[in-house]
Amino acid sequence: MNHARSNRRRSPHHWSQSLRRRLSLQTWLLRHAQVAFDSLGRLYRSWVSSLMTAAVLGIALAMPASMYLLLDNLDRLSGSWDGQASLSVFLKAGVSEDAARTLANKVGNWPEIAAVTLITPAEALEEFGQHSGFADVLGALDKNPLPVVLLVTPGPGYSDALSAGKLQEKFRALAETELAQLDLEWVQRLAAMLDIARRGIEVISALLALAVLLVVGNTIRLEIQNRREEIVVTKLIGATNSFIRRPFLYSGIWYGVFGAGVAWLMVEISFWLLTGPVQQLTGLYQSNFTLQTLPLQLLLMLLGSGTILGLLGSWLAVGRHLSAIEPT
Amino acid sequence: MIRFDNVSKRYPGGFEALGNVSFQLERGAQAFLTGHSGAGKSTLLKLVAMIERPTRGQVFVDGQNVSRLSRRRIPFLRRKIGFIFQNHHLLFDRTVFDNVALPLIIAGYRHQEIGRRARAALDKVGLLSKERLYPITLSGGEQQRVGIARAVVNKPLLLLADEPTGNLDPELSREIMNLFALFNQVGVTVLIASHDIALIEQLNHPVITLDHGHLLNPAGLSA
Repeated sequence: MNHARSNRRRSPHHWSQSLRRRLSLQTWLLRHAQVAFDSLGRLYRSWVSSLMTAAVLGIALAMPASMYLLLDNLDRLSGSWDGQASLSVFLKAGVSEDAARTLANKVGNWPEIAAVTLITPAEALEEFGQHSGFADVLGALDKNPLPVVLLVTPGPGYSDALSAGKLQEKFRALAETELAQLDLEWVQRLAAMLDIARRGIEVISALLALAVLLVVGNTIRLEIQNRREEIVVTKLIGATNSFIRRPFLYSGIWYGVFGAGVAWLMVEISFWLLTGPVQQLTGLYQSNFTLQTLPLQLLLMLLGSGTILGLLGSWLAVGRHLSAIEPT
Repeated sequence: MIRFDNVSKRYPGGFEALGNVSFQLERGAQAFLTGHSGAGKSTLLKLVAMIERPTRGQVFVDGQNVSRLSRRRIPFLRRKIGFIFQNHHLLFDRTVFDNVALPLIIAGYRHQEIGRRARAALDKVGLLSKERLYPITLSGGEQQRVGIARAVVNKPLLLLADEPTGNLDPELSREIMNLFALFNQVGVTVLIASHDIALIEQLNHPVITLDHGHLLNPAGLSA
């Protein structure tokens, strides 16, 4: 009660205070916008050298971005085998289709199996002829050389490498089995290779990020040197370090943003150049795989890392060189 | 407004620019600081604005012991002081208006306020018609007046001028001095370093004379 009354008494004062705070916040935001715009204008006035710096940053940022993109595409390619282990069980040549069907029904009841598809030699021959272009040669054969194949899909919880391996052993133990092949193997190998590539790209990305940092830092250092007189004068008339720092930090941010923009352009162009040949190649493999260009998420990441690296680089330069400039 | 207590300044290398200087300048006063070149006039002014720090002794500005001021607080001290330099220290890539507005921008004034105050300051020094020009197109006397407008634009308590008439002919020098008198009349404390004895003698203000870093007339001001 008491508390409420004192609140009421204070409220006009509070109101004016909050108004003042809002005004000063507005002024502060306006000032930042002005400085940001001013830095942009400064870059524009020397646009050739700004563009060159942005291009260097762009190359440094485009390298990891395009490698990630390439990896992403490979990932999708290997992912289109949906990461599911499947087992191809080639039965012995002597096993008849009827015997194979009985076997398929039997193993279909095993708990670790989700589905069994039986491929008769005739079906296999037809499919092989369609996809390999060997139809004519196959037609010359007087007898179908292909065995009956059971395509086994393990159930959920049994498709990991270990369980699938156990299942493979179980099929090998069957008398009818000639060969039980786990189709996961090469997908796993590819995944392992992609993991190595991903790690490599991370290392390269870190190095190139360092390069971006140094390029921005060096550019800002030169700018600080060029504006030494101005810094001295503003310090003499009472500018705080943060006031002096601000335009340089915005310059760094702009460099980062433009670098990311250039990188985006580079990646788009190179992938556009790759699209034709890739289409041709995947066409040969009967695949409707299409090369994916920069998704929004990666684009935002590129922009974000460009901005942050630009800010960080200029921050380092400003921290090192600004305090050394004092009026004498 | 300014008080020096046994202040000495020795530069790295051993040169003693000021030795045991004590004086006091009251609020609202106007005084000249004179002496041969190299006597320590500039050093004294720099100690007030904390451009240099004293080696010994204490400097008080507006009651505050500035020799103990941390680096972070120095900008706020300088905002109370209008400093006028012999070589103007104008920024030549900005218009006259932008030069004068700079202290207001630094202090975070609002946009409308900046325009109003900067134009008022330019009006006082008679350069309102040249606000859009660049300093390079102005004469030496006009550049100095821009410097003065910039020094007074945020209504400082204290004006320090280091040889403000150093490069000007006598008539222009008189004009500049009249400007300082004008600001002094509205309560600004003014300290002008000058070796222009003839000019100083025409104006009836206390004089602080330095000789090889030492005060010659400690009695001339309330010590």
